[in-house]
Amino acid sequence: MTLLELVLFIPAAGFLVALLLPKDNPKLVRNFALAVSLIVFLLSLGLIGAVQADPRHMQFERSIQWMQSPAIRYHIGVDGLSLWLVLLSTLLTPLCILVSWNSIQKNVKLFYAFMLLLLAGVVGVFVALDLFLFYVFWEISLVPMYFLIGIWGHDKRIYAAVKFFLYTMTGSMLMLAAIIWLYVKSGSFDIPFILDSLAKGRLTLGASEGLWLFLAFFLAFAIKVPLFPLHTWLPDAHGEAPTAGSVMLASVMLKLGTYGIVRICLPLFPDAAKASANWIVILALIGIVYGALVAMVQPNMKRLVAYSSVSHLGFVVLGIFCFNHFGMDGAVYQMLNHGVSTGALFILVGFLYERRHSLEIADYGGVATVAPWLTTIFVITSLASIGLPLLGNFVGEFLVLQGAAVANLPWAIFAALGVILSSVYMLWLIQRTFYGETPTKVKSLFTDLSPREWVIITPLIALMLWMGVGSGTFLPAVRSSNDQTLNLVLKTTYARRMAPPATLVGRAVRPDLKESADAR
Amino acid sequence: MPGNYMPSAAELFRFSPELLLMAAGTLLMIFEAITSPKQKRGLPIFAFVALLAAIALAVAGASDPGPAFNRMLQVDGFATFFRVLVMAVGAVTILISTNYLKQAGHEGGEYYSLVLFSIVGQCLMATANELIMIFIGIEVSSIATYVLAGYLRDDKRNNEAALKYFLLGSFATAFLLYGVAWIYGTTGTTNLTEIRRVLLDPQNAPNSILIGVALGLVLVGLLFKVSAVPFQSWAPDVYQGAPAPVTAFMSVGPKAAAFAAFLRITMWAFEPVKSHWVPVLWVVAIATMVVGNFAALRQSNVKRLLAYSSIAHAGYVLVALTAASKTGTEAAMFYMASYAAMNLGAFAVITHVARKGETRVDIDDFSGLGNRQPVTAAIFAVFLMSLIGVPLTGGFFAKFYVFKAALDSNLIALTIIGLLNSAVAAFYYLRLVVIMYMQPAPEGVDTLPEPSLGIRTALIVCSVATVVLGVFPSLVLDIASRGASFIR
Repeated sequence: MTLLELVLFIPAAGFLVALLLPKDNPKLVRNFALAVSLIVFLLSLGLIGAVQADPRHMQFERSIQWMQSPAIRYHIGVDGLSLWLVLLSTLLTPLCILVSWNSIQKNVKLFYAFMLLLLAGVVGVFVALDLFLFYVFWEISLVPMYFLIGIWGHDKRIYAAVKFFLYTMTGSMLMLAAIIWLYVKSGSFDIPFILDSLAKGRLTLGASEGLWLFLAFFLAFAIKVPLFPLHTWLPDAHGEAPTAGSVMLASVMLKLGTYGIVRICLPLFPDAAKASANWIVILALIGIVYGALVAMVQPNMKRLVAYSSVSHLGFVVLGIFCFNHFGMDGAVYQMLNHGVSTGALFILVGFLYERRHSLEIADYGGVATVAPWLTTIFVITSLASIGLPLLGNFVGEFLVLQGAAVANLPWAIFAALGVILSSVYMLWLIQRTFYGETPTKVKSLFTDLSPREWVIITPLIALMLWMGVGSGTFLPAVRSSNDQTLNLVLKTTYARRMAPPATLVGRAVRPDLKESADAR
Repeated sequence: MPGNYMPSAAELFRFSPELLLMAAGTLLMIFEAITSPKQKRGLPIFAFVALLAAIALAVAGASDPGPAFNRMLQVDGFATFFRVLVMAVGAVTILISTNYLKQAGHEGGEYYSLVLFSIVGQCLMATANELIMIFIGIEVSSIATYVLAGYLRDDKRNNEAALKYFLLGSFATAFLLYGVAWIYGTTGTTNLTEIRRVLLDPQNAPNSILIGVALGLVLVGLLFKVSAVPFQSWAPDVYQGAPAPVTAFMSVGPKAAAFAAFLRITMWAFEPVKSHWVPVLWVVAIATMVVGNFAALRQSNVKRLLAYSSIAHAGYVLVALTAASKTGTEAAMFYMASYAAMNLGAFAVITHVARKGETRVDIDDFSGLGNRQPVTAAIFAVFLMSLIGVPLTGGFFAKFYVFKAALDSNLIALTIIGLLNSAVAAFYYLRLVVIMYMQPAPEGVDTLPEPSLGIRTALIVCSVATVVLGVFPSLVLDIASRGASFIR
């Protein structure tokens, strides 16, 4: 068993064990789930060293035949692209378990069991290198989230859960069709093998064939991201999910979509990706502005944060489809930043909800006077979400905007609107919630952060700062992985036509890459 | 056939599972008359053991494949696959039935002997290499099933179901028989291998319009039996009215056998005239999936809901048939196996929840099941996830193989329509999951007793089969793939 396999299978085993634990001892289940998720997190830290040493190649790779016909391989590995996403998942799971410590009182055993299954599912998606395996984990991660929303959510939870399931299911059905089609053509589900076949010309996809396959995959991913106009499931799912569900959904599950685009759509169908880039970017730009505008008028905090996710994820998609290093690095970095900052925002909203039992902004006000620390932390997190320098999101958004400016200046100008709007809705939220008059209910119900809450939020605040000032820890591994993806994409005609003039490329491409480009 | 024909020992051995079941069925009727009520408890066990023995004989017979009775039967891997499947379905049906019959106060040997006779008919359908034999198999199986559907003779719903099933069923088999007559008229034979030979012979190929009409008539009969659109309207009423264990049996056993005969007729005898039936099945498959899934969305009676779902599943199998290839045949076989496991399991849960008089078959009667009986609910959820087609369950690979076969044959539109249909289907299966887990049981709901031993066993068998098919599908697929090439 490699370290990666432990990270993948301990949660799965934990899920099964949790199901067998006695039903009437919620304390035992909570402690067990926390212990399992902490162990997994500590183990996952061990992945960093090896990947950072050589992020271009898959580390901890394992490839065994699962079945002969169809030729499905159990093939997993982690590289610079997936490493931080795996860590994000393993970090947030114990935090989410702590978040739910008191707020989940119903069906406790099942809740924590599903948290562990969810962890196994999302880690599986990030490390799967076989399309079939990828699909299996993709679907598996859907099931626990469906239950998390449906059983432990708020009033309209069932509607939200079913909507979430059906949206994702529709997308994944088309993806399945595309996966099978690729298999019929190439005789394999193995992503590296298919890439190799494409590179060596053993497998060729016609232009329209490639486009259709790209679209089938892209639709599944775009629903998950969610890209405008496929986002309508998201406010419902986020708004109705319990805090832990919202956090995992926003921080990790949305990234499954963007990760899928970078890992599968771009390398496998570079031509189709470039052919579709224009309209995808337009949808992303609409999403950025639309998400921000709608967030502004939300009376419900969770829905506000949910719409802000639509806006932020628009940045990620924009960055990816700029097809240059700035955009791509920024996009991947922004996935991580959004995971941390929006996760923290949902957690903080959860803290507010635990005190006041309302998500309506109108029910709050003047919280700063009764809970100054909570307010401080909330403000820091909001500033991170807005993209204030020194905090993580700034780096990601800056790179994305730079990438957009290099690719096509109007894109960057339009996207920058989103940044401005994000400060409008976040600051307005802060003003209405934390300042002004304090209603008596808030006064009587509010206490400041408890030790448990400090434990949950401190690592996230620390990460925001670290990612803001120490991006050197994270970005090199991401860059090396992105280089390979970009190499695959930029080989073709579009790069020369649409990408910046040669001088700009010369500056943008780092020396190591330039060499490899010259070698070709 | 010469008058002094005597079957050889090998032929009798190939036919031995059916012989055993017929003998057991007859004995059961005798036992029913001569045993005391207490001894009658042993009758289901007797039937169950007979089925297991017949499965063993069928498996043993697979080592010596070949024709029997003047090539009327063809015992090959294909036949063995379906024979074992329907006999296993019968065994699980018996497990589900015992407690139900006890509650209904209708324990009797004839129930089990009818199940055995029906299975004999289904085995014949799977083995037959001759249109007349297929017809006889269908009749033997159907007549027994008609009676089973009306088994609780004091129950109005049972009577209605049986009568409806009988009337429509006889009508459909009449079409089949008429088609057989046409085929005999145009090709001069009713033996499937001979028909194939005639169709392949370029010199005296029969008139293609006549063949088309003849095949069309046969297809009407078969499509009725698999409850495909537009011959599906009987299924919801009959499934709803019949006793729950019988519905479980009907939705799987006769359907699997009908698909076996379907495959032999289309993929073997009429394979040379593929172009005649592929477009028809293409349309029928789409219509069946769409009608089944969309009608199921609106159901509130669980038995009716699963009736429409089983129509939809027949549609998926028809997709595999439309592929008209060896992989398609394999996929259809695999589909029937995993469908049997998940559907029987689901009906076992329904039988358990419905209880005496089947008063609790509304979808709301399942509310809070996740709290009331977590294990039963969890197992039911596994069956439902499998029916949706979530990975790591048999239902997923079943769909996967079907659509892979379809794409292999370049049926892109059919694949996409089929896959989108399964997204629609997710909605109504999820409704059950929602009700079980996300809605509390109503106030003052009476306590649900623990499932009986028979139901428990059936649930374990079916859920294990569902998961094993979902994780190690090759165990069954390899067998299906060996069986999918018919012996010449």
